[in-house]
This record gives sequence, structure tokens and C-alpha cells, in this order.
Amino acid sequence: MELIVARPEGLYCPPGDFHIDPWRPVDRAVITHAHSDHARSGSRHYMAAQGGEAVLRGRLGDIDLQVMAYGEALTHNGVRISLHPAGHVLGSAQVRVEYQGEVWVASGDYKLGDDPTCAPFEPVPCEVFITESTFGLPIYRWESGDVLAEQINAWWAANAAAGRASVLYCYAFGKAQRVLCGLDTGIGPIVVHGAVENVNRGYRAAGVALPPVLRVDEAQADKAALRRAIVLAPPSARGTSWTRRFGDHADGFASGWMQVRGARRRRGVDRGFVLSDHADWPGLQTAIGACGASRVIVTHGQVPVLVRWLNEAGISAQAFDTAYGDEEDEGPSASGSAEGAADGDDARPRAEPASASESEEAQ
Amino acid sequence: MKAFAELYARLDATTSSNAKLAAMCDYFRAAPPADAAWAAYFLAGGKPRQLVPVKLLRQYVMTASGITEWLYEECYQAVGDMAETLSLLLPEPGVADDAGLAEWVEQRLLPLRGLPPEEVLTRLASLFDRLDAHGRFVCAKLITGSMRVGVSKLLLTRALATVAGVEATHMAQRLIGYTDIGARPAPQAYLDLLAPESFDAEARSDGQPYPFFLAHPLAVPLDRLPDLLGPTSDWLVEWKWDGIRAQVVRRAGQTWVWSRGEELVSERFPELLRLGELLSDGTVIDGEIVVWREGRVQPFAQLQRRLGRKNVGARLLADAPVVLLAYDLLELEGVDMRSQPQAARRAALERLADQIAHRSHAEGLRGGGPEADEPHELAPDLARAPPSFLVLSPLLHGDDWTALEAQRAESRALGVEGMMLKAAGSTYGVGRTRETGIWWKWKIDPYSIDAVLIYAQRGHGRRASLYTDYTFAVWDGPPQSKERRLVPFAKAYSGLTDEEIRAVDAIVRKTTVEKFGPVRSVEPSQVFELGFEGISRSTRHKSGVAVRFPRMLRWRQDKGVADADTLQTLSELLPS
Repeated sequence: MELIVARPEGLYCPPGDFHIDPWRPVDRAVITHAHSDHARSGSRHYMAAQGGEAVLRGRLGDIDLQVMAYGEALTHNGVRISLHPAGHVLGSAQVRVEYQGEVWVASGDYKLGDDPTCAPFEPVPCEVFITESTFGLPIYRWESGDVLAEQINAWWAANAAAGRASVLYCYAFGKAQRVLCGLDTGIGPIVVHGAVENVNRGYRAAGVALPPVLRVDEAQADKAALRRAIVLAPPSARGTSWTRRFGDHADGFASGWMQVRGARRRRGVDRGFVLSDHADWPGLQTAIGACGASRVIVTHGQVPVLVRWLNEAGISAQAFDTAYGDEEDEGPSASGSAEGAADGDDARPRAEPASASESEEAQ
Repeated sequence: MKAFAELYARLDATTSSNAKLAAMCDYFRAAPPADAAWAAYFLAGGKPRQLVPVKLLRQYVMTASGITEWLYEECYQAVGDMAETLSLLLPEPGVADDAGLAEWVEQRLLPLRGLPPEEVLTRLASLFDRLDAHGRFVCAKLITGSMRVGVSKLLLTRALATVAGVEATHMAQRLIGYTDIGARPAPQAYLDLLAPESFDAEARSDGQPYPFFLAHPLAVPLDRLPDLLGPTSDWLVEWKWDGIRAQVVRRAGQTWVWSRGEELVSERFPELLRLGELLSDGTVIDGEIVVWREGRVQPFAQLQRRLGRKNVGARLLADAPVVLLAYDLLELEGVDMRSQPQAARRAALERLADQIAHRSHAEGLRGGGPEADEPHELAPDLARAPPSFLVLSPLLHGDDWTALEAQRAESRALGVEGMMLKAAGSTYGVGRTRETGIWWKWKIDPYSIDAVLIYAQRGHGRRASLYTDYTFAVWDGPPQSKERRLVPFAKAYSGLTDEEIRAVDAIVRKTTVEKFGPVRSVEPSQVFELGFEGISRSTRHKSGVAVRFPRMLRWRQDKGVADADTLQTLSELLPS
């Protein structure tokens, strides 16, 4: 029996009569994580993992939300539902669905790499695994988070020594907090954009230790300190008056897309840091292998590539048409424009209108 | 190799010219001459002949990374650059070694050429194992010969001039010919580049041309010309010829013909070697190579037939004879004329043209004519061609700009691209300098036609993974014809802003009908105004016409596909 199908409004579990990450309003929505291409407003009831509650509420406002701890299970219409860490961002979950002895897992977005800000990805044995493929090409292989932190600190230190602020663009939810955790506070002050600090509050509330940061209005008084600062801001802040207050500064961008030189050059920033919250090519294969699924369904990213590769490797694979991204390679192409700054700089731009989270970033 | 790879990384990491200049100066000051010689060669755009066939390099990457051909192709399409694809796909390297750039190029890379494929594959595996990801990228760039890193030749020239402590113009002159395809930059050649100032005068015995002086486009309305340019009498006005810019250099009893790309093209134009024989040693003429028949310039398409081949047959020589339309004299009797005013150089050129006509006439009487006893060694048929291969580019006159504008309107009928305006007092600069006088190109508007986007292909480099290269079509029948179809006639990839490119890219993705490898066919929905410089009949194109320098002038979002032009409109533009 098909436990999860793709419907025009989102992924749907027919025996359980609920949706997973629907892109149109539905009655019951299980949310894998709070990035706005997965968590959209308008549904009647929401369910999500405990850790992400504050951020999700911060983004969707006053919603009817039921939270579950990882591994906790409940049964709804005879379907056993549980949430398991996906390692993508704080509170991100794989949705395990069990019905009449069959197990399917919808993983949302996930990564296998180290990340001090969220619980690590946990392989969940299943018959059918629903996966992303944002970076589903062998050219995408990530360095460890420690190496990236070293690179960012070295860049920051060099700029600070030269008396220039370092403005690092990164997505406000997930990436920014991961970067924050790796910063060497001895180099200088850390300044964050309001959109980043809004999310930081949710992280601190969930018990994630973040280094002390300054809001820009707090930092501005000490001009000399500002020139040694690192500034974390969402990509949409680039070229705005908000950024101009840092004067002659170096800028960088942290995203998996920075792996490719063309994407770096299109961004036009001084430095690209290849830091992603999505699985790289080996990560996708490890995750798929670890859950032991005999069938895989690919939802977004490099869909045809992963489907073909899996089929050639003897794993039955197919695609679901979803709104989590347009198609295989749209992410890097649209990443240059503010309107294309999709939910998660690693995620695909959507055809949907700008969400609340983006207007929040643009402030 | 490591130092050079680091230089590449520094150049790649910044868009600032000053930062690039500093990076190059640092490198050249520290690098051993043997390595620096090659670095200057590659940065100046030098490319050795193909070392490894691309197919073989690709095969190596697929084997080493254990991926199939289709998956490799997907990766390449996402990256848009072969060298980078390679560096992103190869497995972790072994231990790096310290060999310098020269050793890499001379001992490791150049010997790859012509080896049996099996041997090449074995050697590539061992070579790439000694490089980190960035070194691999740069090394593959050297192998594939596409070293673009945002360094213009001018910038490299400035860097070397700074390091050597000489004028940039002199460095430009020294660099000419440095990147010839057969060149093997030796340490001494590099040290010669860096020699003190006096070196230049001594070394003028070879065939080096001068750096070309280039024109700036003039795009202001007629009524503003008097304010901008003053009276027409301050200017030498000529037609802007549609040919190949070239210098004919005569020194030490030899002739060299250089094209604007600083490529030596002597062998392709035996007519100009013949012209050289009529020149005294120490003469350099600047002009335009064109196909010339019955006293007028022929379309560029005719000249293109001469470019494709190294050895020019007798038939082609007779069909498409060339002349040099001379417009400047850079050296006379061994003296550099470039600092003399334009008008003085022109007067000297006219005297020289008279002398040449005289000499060639005399030579014709002596035995250059049809009954010549000894056929010309390069091309026997030349003896029957016109006696001189030099035509003075005529000066045009008009009392005011309006009068010149009226003449300019005749450009298309005369087969020229518009007019050149050269300040009478200007010296001959280097490249696009404008400090000591200026040349303007006052071109006529291009042909334009409204065409429909029907295929799109992803671009390369900065445009990788964006659909930026388009094929355009026009209708094969009038609007009332029900069964008319769109016929492709031109490809274009320039003319849109980044924002427009993104918008078109999104439309391409949404309206894709079919994918063929990197190409997509789309539902015809978008109309663009295409501009082009020339049009000729072609048997190789489905549409029956070929256009020159097509590019997008405007995205006509106000037009529907039914409003696009037809083959009929296109063929009305053909020269009669």
C-alpha cells in the first residue's frame, strides 16, 4: 500500500489522512522543519518536533501546534507516527509512518555532517525512504564543519587585522546559528542582523549555547570595534542601506552552492564558504543505504540524477513532484537576486510568493 | 606549481584590478625566472597546442572518480567548466610535490602530447595525484588551455612593467609575439621582458609590430557632435572597413603580417608578402585587410574563406583577392612615427603610397606581368593579380557633421560599417588609451529583426547552469499563411542584463518542450529584437542566410510571437 503519495497540495498519507509539509493549507500538517518551503501557514492543525517549536511559532504565528519529542510515537487513524532527528536545523525531523507492518520515512531536508546546533541525523530503518537531492551530484562533497569554521575564522582574522569588517551572508535560520557556534570570539565582536537574532532567540530557548552577539544599533557606538567585527546577515541584506553602515568591508557567503566557482562569481562576494545544511553526494548515499529501503522517492533538487543513479545501482527509485523546489539546477542560478533568495539559501527558490520569513529578512 | 596555483587563487578571489595587480607583482618578484616565464605566457593568454584530447581527459576523470558518462555530463553541465569539474570529481590526492610551474609544463605536461592514450591515462593519474584540489584545477586549466582568470593583457602588461620599472607601452611592445602558439617561454625570454629601458631600441631588428591603437565607439546624437568634437576640419574621416585589422612589418629584408589578435598571419595573405617586397626596410603600415574586387570592398564572408585555411590555393586567391587598405604609418626608415600627429603620419603615408605605386608599376614593366619568367614563389598566380596590394583608405570630407552624416548614410550600400574619426593632432596610442588623442568609430545602426526564442542552452563560467545561449527563429510565411513555421536563423548570447537573463532562464525552464543534452526546446513565446552587422546567403543554414555578430538588442515583451519577422523581411536585407 502507498503510505505517502504526492497530491497537488502536498505529500499525503491516505490511511492516516494527514499531510507532510503541505504547500497549500490543509486540515492536518506534519512539519519536518520550519524553513518556509516546508512550513507554510494556513493549515488547521500542525505537528512538529519539540526542539523547533519556538522557531516554528515565530514564523507561523499563532498556530494550533502539537509537538513531540524525537522517538515519541502516536497513533492516528491506525497509523503510527513518530519523528526522528534529520540533522538539518534545530528541530528538523524525519517523519516515520507505520501502517499494517509497513514503514515509510519522509526525511524532509537532512544532512549527515557535524552540527553543534541540532541533533544528528538518525538512520530510521524503513521499506520506502523519501529523500531530498538538493546537492545530488558527485561534485558536491563537503569538508567537515570544523574545517569550515577554521576557514571562516581565518578570513575574519585577516580582515580584522586589515581594519575591515567581515560581512558574512548566510541564511538566518540554521546556517547563521551553525556559523555562530564555530566563531572564535577572541577575534572581535559578533554583530547580527535582526532576522538572525529573531531565530537566535528560538535556539537559546531550546538550550543551544550561542556566543554573545550584538545588534547593529548596539555595535555602532564603537566604530573601531566595528572594523574588527564579523557581521552575520541574510543574503537579502546585501547592497541595502543596512549593510552600507559597515563601510568598506569584506563580504562572504556561506552556502553549499559556493562549491562551484560560477556560482561564487555570480554572487560577486569576495569569498564563498562551502557550508551546507543539506547532505552532499556521499551523504545521500550513506543515508539511503543506512535506512535499508528497497524503494526511494526523490522530492526535490537533482531529482532525475539521483533517480537514475539509484535505479542503476539496483534500488528502485522514482520522483515526486513537489513545491520544495522547481527543478534540478535552479538554486544556484537564482541565488543572485533578493527575490530568489529562497527559503534556506541551500534550498530552491519557489514559484510561490514571498513568505513572511523573507519579508522579515528584508527589514 | 603551488606558487602559481596560489596566484591563480588570489586573482580569482577578487574583482579589484589593484588587488590583481598586487598579486601579480608579488608573484613575479618572487618566482624563479623559469616559472615566471610560463606564468607570464599563460596570463597573457598563451596556449600551447592541445596537450591531451578533451575526450581522453574526460575518460580519465570518469575512471578515476568511478562515475558513468551521463553522470559526468550532468556534473559538467552544472559546473560549466571542464577543469573545475575535474577538480571537484577526482578522489583525494596523495602527497603533493614541490615542482615549479616550468618543471610541470616542460617535463610533465608538454611531453603528454602525442603519447598513446593508455600512456596518457597512466601519466595523468600519477600527475593529478600530486596536486590538491586547487592545484588540480589550475593544472587542468593549463591542459585545456582556457586560463581565463579576469586578467586582461593590459593588466598583465602593467604588472610586468611595474616589476621591470619600464613604461607600460614598452612592455606592451615587448610582449607582442610572446604568446605565439609555437613559443616556448624560456627564462631568458622572460628576463628580456624585464630588461631596463634601453633594451627596446636594440631589439627592433625582428618582426615585432606595434601595439594596435583602438577606437572608442561614438554613440551621441548628431546635434551634440559639434560640441563634443569641434569642427570637422579637426578630424581625419575615413570609412570604417569591415575586414581584419593588420600591420604589415618590413624589416631586414623580411615581411611579417600581424592581425589585431597579435597573431602572425603572413602565410595566409601572400598578396601582402608581395606588398612587403615593395617596401623599404624599417616600414610598418597599419590598415585593414579586405577582399577587394572591381574597385570595392567585398563582404566579410568572402574574407572568411581566406581565414579558415593556412595554405591558400590559386583558385581562392583569384576568387577572393585581398588588399591592405592602408590608413596609418607607424614606422618609416626605421623610425617610430607614433608620436607624430595623425595628419603628419597620413601625409607620410600618402607619399609612401605614391612611391609604392611607382615601384610596383616599374616592377610590373620589368616582369611582374602576365608574361613573367619566374612565377612568384608563394603563389604563381599573383603575377596576374593587380600590381600593388596597397590601397589608401580614402579621406572623406564634409563641411559640417550633418554633411558627414549624410555620407555616412551610404555606408551600407558601400559595404562599410560607418565612419572612423581620427583627431588630426592625435598621436598613435596603445590599445584604448585616450590621453594623447582619440579615434572614434561612428558606426551605423546594426540591422535589426524581431525573432522568436526557440532553443536555449546553458552558458559557461559565470553563466554556468543558467540558460543564456539562445537560438532564434523567424517565420517562413506571412501572418495570413496558416501553416507557416518558425525557421531558426541565428544564435545569440549577449545583450541582456543579469536580471533579464534570470527572467528568461525562468521562462525557459517553465516552457521547456524537450531536452536534448544541454539544449532545451521551448514553447515559442518570447520575442527579441536581434541586431547584426552583416547578412549573406548561406547553404549551410536552414534559413538560407547567415548573419554576422548577432546579439540581442532588446527583449520585446510587448510583442507576441505572431508579430515576429519573416524570412521574407530577412532576405530583403540581403545585398543584391
